Amino acid sequence: MDLIKEVEKRNIKEDLPQFGPGDTVRVHVKVVEGGRERTQAFEGVVIRRQGSGARETFTVRRVTYGIGVERIFPVHSPSITQIDVVRRGRVRRAKLYYLRKRTGKAARIKERR
Amino acid sequence: MTKAILARKVGMTQVYDENGRVIPVTVLEAGPCRVVQVKNDETDGYNSIQVGFADKKENRTNRPDKGHFGKSKLKPMRFLREFRVSDPATYKAGQELKADQFSAGDYVDVSAITRGKGFAGSIKKMGFSRGPTTHGSHYHRGPGSLGSVAPARVFKGRRLPGRMGGKRRTVQRLFVVDTDAAKNILLVKGSVPGPRGGLVEIKESVKGS
Repeated sequence: MDLIKEVEKRNIKEDLPQFGPGDTVRVHVKVVEGGRERTQAFEGVVIRRQGSGARETFTVRRVTYGIGVERIFPVHSPSITQIDVVRRGRVRRAKLYYLRKRTGKAARIKERR
Repeated sequence: MTKAILARKVGMTQVYDENGRVIPVTVLEAGPCRVVQVKNDETDGYNSIQVGFADKKENRTNRPDKGHFGKSKLKPMRFLREFRVSDPATYKAGQELKADQFSAGDYVDVSAITRGKGFAGSIKKMGFSRGPTTHGSHYHRGPGSLGSVAPARVFKGRRLPGRMGGKRRTVQRLFVVDTDAAKNILLVKGSVPGPRGGLVEIKESVKGS
């Protein structure tokens, strides 16, 4: 296991903000469009963090035009330039799958301070 | 010089390439190995090097082995494997083999004993299709017909359930993602046969790069 950590060490980002399920984040992702690179932001609620080490991922959910969109990002991916924590939420479980069935007022998360 | 080394499979993880894409890799603890014996055409009838890997306690080693390792003034090692080489004169007993023979961008063939699956049915072992689960079906995971009635026997080579795994298998042309001779790390793209902690043999790819 030590050697695996050794290999993963190079890819792990140490300057990440602390965030977890329930938090609203804005993820800045590099996208290549026709040979041109630019960053795109995706904002939503973190509903899951999964895995460990360099393989850790998190899922961000947002509802746009009434359609739920979930994107899974590797936490340590080099295509993520920045993660901003917009709002911290108070939740009582680690996986917020119940949000998928809720809309509008019911899908709100209380702010933690 | 033929490139060859013994290694221990550590496990799998992923790394990112320069475009930020994920590459699945197997981490191998490759070497340090020692050439224990050099065999050549005159004395042995074929050209090869015998390579030892992983330390072994002196008191766990039997006398024949102690003598064998002592000939090349080496400490006893746990694994001994042979690799055929084209030119045995370039090697000498006691020589160290490290992961730096390989470099990122090479292609290698990796051999190991696969995980034993025990007595497996024809679906798992050979990928036969299964029967229906419901609607009165009493035929679920069986092998199906074994042939026609005319010869009144089953032809040789009929694929049937039986022991699966636990065999030596080689995966050809795996891409070397990275090497680190100081830490004895070899990163190979994709999966490698055998369990974590198992012995694997790594050779230069026969199909080349």
